[in-house]
Amino acid sequence: MTLEGMEGRCGEWLRGSGPESDIVMSSRIRLARNLADYPFIRRCTDIDRANIESTVRERLNKEPRDHVLSFINVAELDELNRQFLVERQLISREHASSDGARAVAIDEEEGMSLMVNEEDHLRIQVMKSGLDLAGAWDHINRIDDFVESRVTYAYHPNLGYLTACPTNVGTGMRVSVLVHLPALVITQQIEKVFRSLQKINLVVRGLYGEGTQAMGDFYQVSNQITLGKTEQELIDQVGDIIPVVIQYERKARDFLINEKQNDLFDQVSRAYGTLQNAQQISSEETMFLLSRVRMGINLGLIGDLEIPDVNQLFIRTQPAHLQKLSRTELNTDQRNVERANYLHRQLKLDGGSDAEKN
Amino acid sequence: MKCQKCQKQATFHITDLTGDDLLALHLCPDCAKQYLNTEDAPDQDAQMMSGVLEQQLKPLEQTADDLRALDSKKCPICGISFYEFRQAGRLGCPHDYVFFGDELEPLLVNVHGDNQHVGKQPKRGVRDTESQTELIRLRRQMKEVVEQEDYEKASQLRDQIRKIEGEGNNVD
Repeated sequence: MTLEGMEGRCGEWLRGSGPESDIVMSSRIRLARNLADYPFIRRCTDIDRANIESTVRERLNKEPRDHVLSFINVAELDELNRQFLVERQLISREHASSDGARAVAIDEEEGMSLMVNEEDHLRIQVMKSGLDLAGAWDHINRIDDFVESRVTYAYHPNLGYLTACPTNVGTGMRVSVLVHLPALVITQQIEKVFRSLQKINLVVRGLYGEGTQAMGDFYQVSNQITLGKTEQELIDQVGDIIPVVIQYERKARDFLINEKQNDLFDQVSRAYGTLQNAQQISSEETMFLLSRVRMGINLGLIGDLEIPDVNQLFIRTQPAHLQKLSRTELNTDQRNVERANYLHRQLKLDGGSDAEKN
Repeated sequence: MKCQKCQKQATFHITDLTGDDLLALHLCPDCAKQYLNTEDAPDQDAQMMSGVLEQQLKPLEQTADDLRALDSKKCPICGISFYEFRQAGRLGCPHDYVFFGDELEPLLVNVHGDNQHVGKQPKRGVRDTESQTELIRLRRQMKEVVEQEDYEKASQLRDQIRKIEGEGNNVD
């Protein structure tokens, strides 16, 4: 598989469909797995890492292939292409910036990715659009069975799947739901919601995972613990609370519509206007404004733009995507101009979706 | 609203989740950019774990000798010391879970509230993982003897490794 042309396609998690997709962007499950016959990454020699990479690639590519995966050699990619994969959520920032032999296997729909030599030997993830944890588990469970039929996992009868960090041991599973909560941010209730989530052992993170900022009012809600509960219990732990979060966000939106309609309409319109007319714009400001516009569409305040279009803009205005789309390397200042031009082209015309496809 | 860092108009309203407490920030575009770009991502897992370990080891601090002995304890398979694990928050190989079992048990209970896996199991059952663990030790030994230019020993080790690897391949 080449990365050529991928920038023009849309990953599964951005489709903007599926249950509750006005608030839930995507559902994601990842499993941490290690091979039994190699040390964890920290104690691996360069040769160990290279052997892990080639062993996994060869065994998973061997016929019959229940799951057709394309391997991309991340170590050989230039920085732009690595950043590109990070922006598409196919690899982590750590995987992009680390050293040594490493790879990622991706399926045709970009609905799953399997990182080789991240913090663990294998990090498998499946992403679904909207709130669909059951679908994500069914998919990743089958992929895990397939991988397990080809390699021997490090597993202990009492401790489960063994991971480099004891915080992941057991199921090795992290269940994450990416939610868009602009109204809770505007009404300053977001902190209250987070505190209550933390009390029940859930973690809230920004868009690109651990330690990242909450960009564009997107938050990832995920489980903290991985041992002593079944996969289904961990899925329910997250899945049961998401409808409550959705309900809070909807209440906050109702409040804004009923009590602060002028302010809200003003904010949404200004955001849309700035995106359409700016001459230069940073990716942070773009995310911030797109978030307002996304909410505006969901509340019926903007009629000529669709949710999938906005979801695409979140990704395509990020640094690596912008450079791939314009087929030029650009520095920060140049990117800010190109980003404004790109937004101008996508949003100025009637029916943004048609322009998007060009 | 004015920016918290300068006096310009604040257009960015950021909720920072990276620390122990949530932090609400109101910044102008310039300060927001600087803030977002300079914030380093702390390793939350490692931070949390070293905190838990510190608590757990506190009673030991009266006896500095005990702590020193614990820290210098080394896994015979991968060679990682307990001190190195404490510093990095990452283990060296699957066998560490057995070798440092006594030390890890309270840590696991503290982090997960449990020490017993009840989830999925590999379909083909838990095979003899001892020979797999042995491979980790043999490969490490091999690297050492090659560095010492003991090629006779290295060739013995290579044969041993190939034998176990050959047995492992039968499962495919």
